Amino acid sequence: MSGVTVSAKVNGDAVQYVCPPNESLMDVLRNRLNLTGVKEGCGTGDCGACSVTLDDRLVCSCLVLGAEAEGRSIGTVEGISQDGELHPLQTAFIDHAALQCGICTPGFLVAAKSLLGRNPNPSEEEIRYALAGNLCRCTGYDKIVRAVQSAAKVMRKQKKS
Amino acid sequence: MPYETDYTNQKFSVIGNRVNRPDGVDKVTGRARYGADASAAGQLVGKILRSPHAHALIKKIDTSKAEKLPGVKAIVTGDDFPDFTGGNRSLMDTLENCMARGRALYDGHAVAAVAAVDAQTANEALKLIKVTYKKLPHVTDVDEAMKPSAPVVHDWIRTAGIEPAPTTASNISQRNEFGHGDIDVGFAEADVIIEKTFKTEQTHQGYIEPHACLATLGPDGSGELWVTTQGHFTFRNMCASLLGLDVAKLKVTSSEIGGGFGGKTHVWMEPVALQLARKSNRPVKLVMTREEVFKATGPTSSTSVDVKIGAKKNGRITAASAELRYQSGAFPGMWGMLGAMTSFACYDLKHVKSVGYDVLCNRPKVAAYRAPSAPMAAFGVESVIDLLAAELKMDPVEFRIKNAAKKGTRASYGPIYGPIGIGPTLEAVKNHPHMKKRLGKNQGRGVACGFWFNFGGQTCTDLNIGIDGSVNLTVGTVDVGGSRASLALIAAEELGVDYDQVRVTIGDTSSLGHNDTTEGSRGTFSSGMATIFAARNAIDVMKQRAADTWGIPVEQVVWEEGVARAKGRQNSNLPPLSLKEIAAKSPRTGGPIAGHNEVVADGAGVSFASHICDVEVDPETGSTRVIRYTVVQDAGKAIHPDYVEGQFQGGAAQGIGWALNEEYIYGEDGTLQNAGFLDYRIPVCSDLPFIDTEILEIPNPNHPYGVRGVGETSIVPPLAAIGNAVSNAVGVRMTHVPMSPPRILKAIEDAQ
Amino acid sequence: MRFESPTTTKAAASMLASESGAAHVLAGGTDLLVRMKMGMVEPDLVLDIKRIESMKVLKVAAGGVHIGGAVPAVELGESERLRSLWPGVVEAANLIGSDQIQGRCTVVGNLCNASPAADSVPALIAAGAKALIVGPKGKRRVGVEKVVLGPGKTSLGRDEFIEAVVLPARAGKSADAYLRFTPRTEMDIAVVSAAVNLTLSRGVVTAAKVVLGAVAPTAVVVPAAARAIIGTKLDDAALEKMAKACRAACNPIDDKRGTVEYRTKVAGVLGRRAALVAFERAGGSK
Repeated sequence: MSGVTVSAKVNGDAVQYVCPPNESLMDVLRNRLNLTGVKEGCGTGDCGACSVTLDDRLVCSCLVLGAEAEGRSIGTVEGISQDGELHPLQTAFIDHAALQCGICTPGFLVAAKSLLGRNPNPSEEEIRYALAGNLCRCTGYDKIVRAVQSAAKVMRKQKKS
Repeated sequence: MPYETDYTNQKFSVIGNRVNRPDGVDKVTGRARYGADASAAGQLVGKILRSPHAHALIKKIDTSKAEKLPGVKAIVTGDDFPDFTGGNRSLMDTLENCMARGRALYDGHAVAAVAAVDAQTANEALKLIKVTYKKLPHVTDVDEAMKPSAPVVHDWIRTAGIEPAPTTASNISQRNEFGHGDIDVGFAEADVIIEKTFKTEQTHQGYIEPHACLATLGPDGSGELWVTTQGHFTFRNMCASLLGLDVAKLKVTSSEIGGGFGGKTHVWMEPVALQLARKSNRPVKLVMTREEVFKATGPTSSTSVDVKIGAKKNGRITAASAELRYQSGAFPGMWGMLGAMTSFACYDLKHVKSVGYDVLCNRPKVAAYRAPSAPMAAFGVESVIDLLAAELKMDPVEFRIKNAAKKGTRASYGPIYGPIGIGPTLEAVKNHPHMKKRLGKNQGRGVACGFWFNFGGQTCTDLNIGIDGSVNLTVGTVDVGGSRASLALIAAEELGVDYDQVRVTIGDTSSLGHNDTTEGSRGTFSSGMATIFAARNAIDVMKQRAADTWGIPVEQVVWEEGVARAKGRQNSNLPPLSLKEIAAKSPRTGGPIAGHNEVVADGAGVSFASHICDVEVDPETGSTRVIRYTVVQDAGKAIHPDYVEGQFQGGAAQGIGWALNEEYIYGEDGTLQNAGFLDYRIPVCSDLPFIDTEILEIPNPNHPYGVRGVGETSIVPPLAAIGNAVSNAVGVRMTHVPMSPPRILKAIEDAQ
Repeated sequence: MRFESPTTTKAAASMLASESGAAHVLAGGTDLLVRMKMGMVEPDLVLDIKRIESMKVLKVAAGGVHIGGAVPAVELGESERLRSLWPGVVEAANLIGSDQIQGRCTVVGNLCNASPAADSVPALIAAGAKALIVGPKGKRRVGVEKVVLGPGKTSLGRDEFIEAVVLPARAGKSADAYLRFTPRTEMDIAVVSAAVNLTLSRGVVTAAKVVLGAVAPTAVVVPAAARAIIGTKLDDAALEKMAKACRAACNPIDDKRGTVEYRTKVAGVLGRRAALVAFERAGGSK
């Protein structure tokens, strides 16, 4: 099948790629754009390890075709830190030992950032339900939730000042 | 309880601090590279064709059409794997599991593989391979498989461990017995006896990262393998053996690992990737899909377990016995043996007997899953313990304390215990604030204990000190959960330098001597021990350099707080030399400074835990939620408390999923019905509460710091803790795991 | 496979009509891409309707609601107005999967995927929703209960697609509710579900519609359950009669997600509970 040419933005940078029409955005990001921070845990939208933002909406990139990204803005974990500075979420994850093997961490960071963008002061329950689409097998989620709570606090303080 | 004062008085400078792990930044920025994140120029994509049948003869494999498809560069079947096993049955089992040899033994068993220029072509090629199967009768249930009428999986299996040795084929590969005393005498003395049978379904480790590798293998027999694994040395040895390669010519590099829990201690498709690479003379990248992970890697056993325990009115257990039946999938294993060993390990028993059976059936080859075989045995034993306590009208925690094993107890599996943590964890549970929390309607509280022995194993470590004073530690144990931070702490502690001065690398197989797999809770324990000795080795070198610099005998030099000091009044004018200073001078004093250690890390300590669990059951639907959970476990010495807590919480979460929802569901036709995360239900974030932890430190006398391996024990108690909690919530005793809502609802209705 | 993203419904309809092979409409893709990945479908044409502006419209008023076929479920929950008018429809739509799924999935897609366990369908049927269908001969309007024929099967012609789903005007003291049973708190396909839409007058139920999901090949409307609560304030006897009617209406299967026995039992429980939620929302008190 002949390829589709797509122009889009990834982490603020303009990109262009050609991909088969049935290739997922996840495969495009990983294999054509070398952004291997996106992980395939299941390929069917059940684990969230491939989470990215698409025009600021949190999505599973395994459930988006590369072709659908034409003209759209994609955000991956590689774009979370700005100007060489870690984002408060990234710092919080390290400080709170919210990762063990780390494979789910990029997905969680993208999802948590999306949550805090919509809801800067979420309750524990809101955090847990917002992150229900991201599976972790190592941590039992305890330290992840604590890290998100901690980062939310830091971000609210930063916004005030 | 008096602990070894050598340990309790040990003062640590950096050990026990909650420092940031060195690989943290890479992992939060997406830079860290896992199994599927490497690529090579000209690489091909490998894909595997798998049997859709539970048991079938492979009459013919016609690859001709697939070979002609443009873009297909290599195809392999069982015929492409000559027998290099030299009669080693275990090696042949592994080989046959990687690629079927004339017979498909389970739904998902590999029968052929292709390497093509892209995934699309590879998938097309798989569709063009014509396999002619002749279906055979199958069996998937452990009890069914033990019946004489069951279809036999391998006709060469004769049950080991029974007298006289049988002459007919069986699915029971072995029988093991452990214990001491005479249970008939013990049961005769009992005032109360409880006997019950339990069943647990098969579960999978559920790591989020599927198996993946990038393989190259040239016609000269030299190759490289980048792979997600818990043991790159083990993988190297295994691939070399299976493919008839020279071990020294195969370099295996472990990628970062996205979870293993025992499931990545064995090769599943890596030899296939290497063979495809050899045949095509190009790099081959082989990544499993989630469906393949469930169908064709190494889940844990499904079991059925009979437990019988008797006690006197005063609460002392007089006898305990268990018969445990574990299925090992389509190849023999020792899972029943492990189950029998762990069953009664928490208790001080005069008369005890446990018998374990390993049973074959048409399911994937079982592999270790975090404290393998212990959770199922504990489910049965800890449930019966609660029933006994209730019968004797004793508090379940008090009853356990009364019977807990302690230093000097003869373990039910043989050895005499040194100082151990079961008593202390129970005392800690008894006094824990969790026990005082009020329970509401339909809520219940359960307590359970667990045990896991740990392993030491072969370990090899290099410690190199750079000219700038930086310390580079190379270890061979894969970091599955953050051990790099702990090992850096240990090196920093020994050398007396800052944590930030130490860098830890996981070396590839050409950089170090053999290291056993990271399993058996041995990562921090054994590499930690080797690190200590390597550091002391380096310190000896630095003391000699200082002695040479000062022109004094080395016996007058000591190392303390990161510096070499010259002892004795005659040397009082010599200022101390720091590690940085000695390192800076090293080119002129004898060259690079390094320490090295090879050790078979003996003396791994056992780790005990007690858990408290509160659940709420909806009596109209059987829906069950964990509302509170506490883990109390003995770590010996917590090098990095955050990561010790992490192991406690992670193991507990896996146990909770296993207890409530996770199971392999097989159809009548023997095929797996739920090979995905949608219907194989692991806990999600909203399913769990915060998991509280308490780390106890009863030092292991066989480790310089008292460390015990902690990674596994935490998955052992949850099944029974939840079973006991459900019983206290709605008055039904669950004997079938997972305790899914339909099972709980049925139990509630049957009781009414 | 070809990928097309037309910008008008007319263009989309014409592409569908002229496709000789297997054509699939792509909205959120959270069902279609899964089926493609599992090898269950191999489309010749994937028609992305998300560039059609008119299909992205969500219009909410007491006089009627218009949900375009390309409106992601998350937007339904973001509309305070819609939440207050049709809380049951919104909570049903917002239960279709994780936040990642919610940013993409659509109720129209959920309907057309025609799973017996679809979350939005029972609530839409209970609400009296209608589907606006576009075809080569123009547009037609049918009750959504007429769209799904069986598992994976719709009554749409091969050259038709649904442009939008519309909800009727809301009468006075009305409210709806949707409950489903899943083993985990999230991420599961419904084992059983129940939607109840009712209207009160002076605290008494004057109109009701009860629909069950995942207990039959398609969602099941249970008139007897509605009759059981009409004219009552949901006293215990009425609720028990309603639950009994729900159980009787079930025709489920045994599968990896639930047994016949379990689904039947829990259908009665959820029907009763959903009625109580809707009742309370409409301002009723027992």
